Amino acid sequence: MSGLRQVIGVDVGGTFTDVFVLEEATNSVSVAKVPSTPADQSKGFVAGIAEVTTDIAGIATVVHGTTVGTNALLERKGAPTGIITTVGFRDVLEMRRRDRPTTWGLWGMFEPVVPRNLRLEVRERTLADGTVRVPVDVEEVTSAAQALLDEGCEAVCIFFVNGYANPQNEQAAVAAVRKLWPTPYVTAATEILPEIREFERCSTATLNAYLQPVVARYLDRLQTSLSERQCSGETLIVQSNGGVMGLHMAKRLPVRTALSGPAAGVIAAQAIAEAAGFENIITCDMGGTSFDVSLIANGTSTLAAQTQIDFGMVVRTPMIEITTIGAGGGSIARIDEGGLLDVGPHSAGSDPGPVAYGLGNDRPTVTDANIVLGRINPDRPIGGKMQQLDVDAARDAIKQHIAQPLGINTMQAAEAVIRVANAKMAGAIRLVSIERGHDPRRFAVMPFGGGGALHTGALLSDIGLAAAIVPRYPGVTSALGCVVADMRHDIVQTVNATLDGLDAKEIGERMLALASEAQNTLQRSQAALAGIVQVFELDMLYLGQTHTVTVPIEIPDGGLTVSAIHQAFETAYRAAYGRLLEGIAMRVINMRVAVIGKRPKFDLSVLAPRTSGTRQDCVLGTRRLWANGQWHEATIYERLELPAGTEIIGPVLAEQPDTTIFVDPGLKARVDDFGNLIIKKQDSSWPIKA
Amino acid sequence: MIDPVTLAIMKGRLEQIADEMDATLFRSAFNPIIAEAHDASHGLYDAITGDTLVQGKFGLPIFVGVMAFAVKAVIDKAARDGGLADGDVYIFNDPYDGGTHLSDFRLVRPFFHAGEVFCYLASVGHWHDVGGNVPGNYNPVATECFQEGMLIPPVKLFERGILRHDIVDILLANSRLPGSLYGDLNGQINALDLGARRLGALLKEYGDATVAEALATLRDRASQRMRAHIAELPDGCVSAEDFLDNDGIVDEPLKIALDLTIEAENMVMDFSRSSPACLGPVNIARSTTIAACYVALKHVFGDVPANAGVLEPVDFIIPEESLLAVTAPKPVGGYTETILRLIDVLFQVIAKIAPNRSNGCAYGTINALSLAGHRSDGRRWVMFSFFGGGHGGHPNGDGLNHGNAPISTATIPPLEILEAAYPVMFTQWALRPNSGGDGKHRGGLGAIYEIELLEEQADVFLFGERGKFAPPGVAGGKPGAKNTFIFETETGQDTPPFVSKMVGITLARGQKVRLETPGGGGYGPPVERSQAARDRDVELGYVTGPTA
Repeated sequence: MSGLRQVIGVDVGGTFTDVFVLEEATNSVSVAKVPSTPADQSKGFVAGIAEVTTDIAGIATVVHGTTVGTNALLERKGAPTGIITTVGFRDVLEMRRRDRPTTWGLWGMFEPVVPRNLRLEVRERTLADGTVRVPVDVEEVTSAAQALLDEGCEAVCIFFVNGYANPQNEQAAVAAVRKLWPTPYVTAATEILPEIREFERCSTATLNAYLQPVVARYLDRLQTSLSERQCSGETLIVQSNGGVMGLHMAKRLPVRTALSGPAAGVIAAQAIAEAAGFENIITCDMGGTSFDVSLIANGTSTLAAQTQIDFGMVVRTPMIEITTIGAGGGSIARIDEGGLLDVGPHSAGSDPGPVAYGLGNDRPTVTDANIVLGRINPDRPIGGKMQQLDVDAARDAIKQHIAQPLGINTMQAAEAVIRVANAKMAGAIRLVSIERGHDPRRFAVMPFGGGGALHTGALLSDIGLAAAIVPRYPGVTSALGCVVADMRHDIVQTVNATLDGLDAKEIGERMLALASEAQNTLQRSQAALAGIVQVFELDMLYLGQTHTVTVPIEIPDGGLTVSAIHQAFETAYRAAYGRLLEGIAMRVINMRVAVIGKRPKFDLSVLAPRTSGTRQDCVLGTRRLWANGQWHEATIYERLELPAGTEIIGPVLAEQPDTTIFVDPGLKARVDDFGNLIIKKQDSSWPIKA
Repeated sequence: MIDPVTLAIMKGRLEQIADEMDATLFRSAFNPIIAEAHDASHGLYDAITGDTLVQGKFGLPIFVGVMAFAVKAVIDKAARDGGLADGDVYIFNDPYDGGTHLSDFRLVRPFFHAGEVFCYLASVGHWHDVGGNVPGNYNPVATECFQEGMLIPPVKLFERGILRHDIVDILLANSRLPGSLYGDLNGQINALDLGARRLGALLKEYGDATVAEALATLRDRASQRMRAHIAELPDGCVSAEDFLDNDGIVDEPLKIALDLTIEAENMVMDFSRSSPACLGPVNIARSTTIAACYVALKHVFGDVPANAGVLEPVDFIIPEESLLAVTAPKPVGGYTETILRLIDVLFQVIAKIAPNRSNGCAYGTINALSLAGHRSDGRRWVMFSFFGGGHGGHPNGDGLNHGNAPISTATIPPLEILEAAYPVMFTQWALRPNSGGDGKHRGGLGAIYEIELLEEQADVFLFGERGKFAPPGVAGGKPGAKNTFIFETETGQDTPPFVSKMVGITLARGQKVRLETPGGGGYGPPVERSQAARDRDVELGYVTGPTA
């Protein structure tokens, strides 16, 4: 039965839940988009799967990109959390690394996710060399935990100073807390990050605790809903590093999902761009509440070792570098105190959503502006559940809240809302490109998410990007990323020894043992794997430095040797900094093992459009739309029917179930062999591949 | 005219070069003051004047201003030496020529293009130990620079690309921590190499005319923005004064007075009423004073691009041989304290004419604390760090708790890194209740750091301020708490005779020192603070006891 080879990618965004199905046996795909259900995202999730398959029992793997963690962090909606820590150190979380939000100006503010009265101290102390100076008193820990429960805490983080050097006290305390704590939401700092630097460890672990009840409850509900429908396949969660992990791990380490959804989008974009022949792209994921930008240069995305989600909210686990701003389709437009038009970061999400949804919101959103401007078809709302959008309500909201206060007409006001939103998006793109020294003229922008393709034209001209690539299914790109993402399991262990006198052979054997353990975990999953790659690295430095260099290591059959490590370090150090240091000892801090289960290469030509037929076959009609201060009569095409090689000239609209593409006046578009729509300025030439 | 898109790209690319130089040094440095606290800076400087063209975002703001003077010093020296060759690199730490203090070593490298100097690349970093009487070089009782460390005038470290090992030998021989010095020096050389490679690639890609035009345009934009901001301030003269506790030698306050005159789009900063030069090390060179004013103005007008254009509409009156314009061999080791006070007086002046642009004063002292001794195996150790405090209340809300000094963006080294590197144990690393100045918006809290010695014995040095004069509030806000320092003795506890400065106290195993840093000044009258905010302060323990 072919059902057993179904791989399903599900991306739950703030507004829509996207589903992408790959039938591995027949190499065919199908997609669906349903409204998200923020109160319980698992409902939308299961509804989405039911939309694309009746054979839920036959699913082999469900891969899931989630924004539950992301949203809880950004909106500060994690669980009430407490901290139990070493006496003298309850303020570590709040004191940060003694920084400020901006270099210039002294108007910073910071509110930690755990307020000061929920950070309790116990007597215990471990020294930097691992000596336990004051053993922990378990009873004191127990009463601190009880006090936090009494205060209504649902989660707790136990963080002891120097726990990385010897976790004995911390482990004893954690064991005591776990005995008493009514839920599994107990995070030990050294279990999350056994690495020196108290603030980074405390912050990462505290955010893990803060997210755990929210994410774990969600995943439990999901698991229940799936098993109620006899789904026996494996569920995997996309991590912020772009690899996937099992449910059990995700519930234990929810902080690794901080950028799960956005990471899935970047993975998909990378695969699509590679197939289409673009090496340099900027991905823009426009959802209902946010706009995520990431840069792929020479075909690779960047992993950051540490990410600041917001000022003072530091997560130290590897993540794909993604910049997020609060500008999405649901972002609310308003006139601020100074009388200026502003858009976001407040969002109406999908429930109640834009005014035109008629679900109770009366403040105009970016989507309402697009509807009023004629760029969204009110008779064919994306996502399917609604039959009709209320154009008049959207127009009234813009008139009342924007046009009248500014003294302009409604159409001008709607266009102004879009222009302000575009300027914010352009700013985010500049941040990752120009401000890091990349010339946007060499980059193509890849919009995805439900609303991105409506704004592409403006981004092309505002920033001077070379082209836009609108993927065949822009609304479900992140879901596609779930399907193509590799399995990934990372392990870190501290070594902390000088290279001279190191038992290199033993280090090599330990790394191999860790790798085979991780490999077993991967192979236990039912996901089809095309191959397994093991990556071995050592974090090393010259004795006296505090920052490490990542040194890739190969472990030959005869075993690892000190001289091989020495040589590998010098190669890595020279590449990073140039000049080697004579006569200074080298130190190995950590060993890192990554085992990557390569998922079968998914041939993107399954997305190819038909090759016969003409543009004329795909005309759905015309619509009046407003752009650049005047009305235009625009042709509307059925996007998915457009044959490969078709060229269309703006202003046109191309509609499909998961999104609408707006080709502005002055732009042209062409369908490539993979069904991508390549958009450029009318006076520019087509790239060879497109 | 350069088009706006190209200009924006050039700006990004040039800043990226400086940022990457910063990152190269931070990540390869040996001493935590650079590696963790980022007490370093890199940039590109004008080929003729030495003016700052571009500066990295992550280095120390105060260096933005002083490096221009440092590069000019090298330009002048090279002229005396008979010119420069491709591959030359100068090194020096003369504070009278290049600003700041002896700990800051500068490397300046001409960047040649088509046979001529196109611009200079420079790197400055705070080295761990440069000799002198006090390990770590914050000598609160120095009366001449010779007691503060070695003084190296601009000399060639590289000659046509060849490293002069004899110069390196001189440097190594004059430090208590030669290994650390060697590592940091190499990091700075690597940073300059990287900068040269990146700049070379940029010129090849866009052509030197485009790059040069972009640099000139960026400077014009800075001066235009600055003029526009000054024009919005009311014309006239307004004054403020503030005080340093003492100079470490004579226990008398020292006055920093600013008379600020606004006339249309120009500004005069007159420091004539400030104290004359003092015996101890809180003097500063004229170049340091100007650099500090640059930092202060950038805090008030944050959107002005960071280059020499900022100071074009500003004139300075700084009397020669005053506290703010000394020459050799007057000691300058504690320059940080004096420039922090300069920034405080500017905020106080601005509060009088544009309170919505000002804020309560920040904690106002670098609190350089060093503990030094020998381990049981004879190895020498020096723990040296700067500590944080509260920022002032501001128009948008309460001040930030435990922020960094306005002259820097330095982060504090993790206490776990300090404990791993030195025989000390922190017994407290906490916020200091009741330290924020009251006001409509309360000042941020300072911190309490308590440290126990784990080795046989150590000498303790402290260079701080704000022990007698608290950080002022503005617009009716109250001052924050003063700085206090307590150390254990055989008979109990003691405080330094000069309150905020102390040299050579010997600590025995198991004894502690305790530093309580100032909070920020408040903003707006306390009567305007909401009851809800006061209740929250008590619930969180920001305010305790009868004052609550």
